[in-house]
Amino acid sequence: MPEVQLRKRAIVVEEIFHEGGPVAAAPQRRAAALAVIHNPFAGKYVPEIAGFMEDLNPLGVEMAKALVAALGGDAKIVEGYGKGAIVGQAGELEHGALWHVPGGYAMREILGNAKAIVPSTKKVGGPGTRLDVPVTHINASYVRSHFDAIEVGLNDAPKADEILLALVMTTGPRVHARVGGLKASEIKGQDGLR
Amino acid sequence: MKSRIRKIVTLVEETRTEMGKPVSPPTRRCAAAAVIENPFAGKYVEDLSELMEIGEELGALLTERAVAALGIPGPSAESYGKAAAVGENGELEHAAAILHPKLGTPVRKTLGKGAALIPSSKKRGGPGVALDIPLGHKDAAFVRSHFDGMEIRVNDAPRANEILVAIAVTDSGRPLPRVGGLTKEQIKGEDGLR
Repeated sequence: MPEVQLRKRAIVVEEIFHEGGPVAAAPQRRAAALAVIHNPFAGKYVPEIAGFMEDLNPLGVEMAKALVAALGGDAKIVEGYGKGAIVGQAGELEHGALWHVPGGYAMREILGNAKAIVPSTKKVGGPGTRLDVPVTHINASYVRSHFDAIEVGLNDAPKADEILLALVMTTGPRVHARVGGLKASEIKGQDGLR
Repeated sequence: MKSRIRKIVTLVEETRTEMGKPVSPPTRRCAAAAVIENPFAGKYVEDLSELMEIGEELGALLTERAVAALGIPGPSAESYGKAAAVGENGELEHAAAILHPKLGTPVRKTLGKGAALIPSSKKRGGPGVALDIPLGHKDAAFVRSHFDGMEIRVNDAPRANEILVAIAVTDSGRPLPRVGGLTKEQIKGEDGLR
């Protein structure tokens, strides 16, 4: 399989103090790591692509580590995560699916075997396309306070023969979470759901 | 603090290759942005000095955030720019009050020198509006390799009664500059122009 060619990477960090309500004691932080890579399968139908997942593993780990560093360096602070991909127009949606395994396992490993499935989304788009990356609690998907999303995108990516890969992490619930449901304090932590 | 900040966002971009050609060292730039309440939203106010004070505060805060996110000492910065987007209940003059009278001094204090005008842009817009922050060399405005721009947007800002204020700082110029003009090695640094 071809090697990963990285054109550009970016880190976005948001620090949220309030959203019209009481100012949070500890501001919520959310970070996204983006990598713009060449799509080795662009412009043609390639039947066998799965081997590229393994080539993406080191990039996934690097991005997950960069996110933890951007959030202060301690993986314990991370409570939510998600992942996504935007495939340039000479590629296919299936190329974005190559990110599921390397992106997801990298984060779960860095975060100490997080149990919940990593929520994800993907699309085909041009430079400047925005992607709403879903976010859920890292150990129990049903924790309602942590259902969230982070919008990502870069004005000059992805070009037609590129893929923009994204990993996101958050440090807590929505800033004024108050719609009930399973709480983070009630997690059993056995099945990744509750 | 005079400003009521809802959110702070930093975006760091690193360009490794351009058209398949390595960029060595990679070019890096950061936009740091604050979403603040507009104290004068919805009414005409003659005296805008409160926004000027807010500009001074944000000049210090956002420049410090930007160099921290880049991981460089302030004096290693090479170019800078500033911009603001006013929510629909504010006026363009509110952006001008933040950006022009007092914001520059603390920026220059953090970055050192800074004889050149800080290039700027402003607009009115709704949540998610894109700010294109112009960039120029901080010591000599005519350095052609450093004429650039950086886009930042925050999907939920500015709300109608808010202002999005951004400062961009780089440690480099464009990735592969080759259109001639004054180079950074030729800077005299006396008049802010050459």
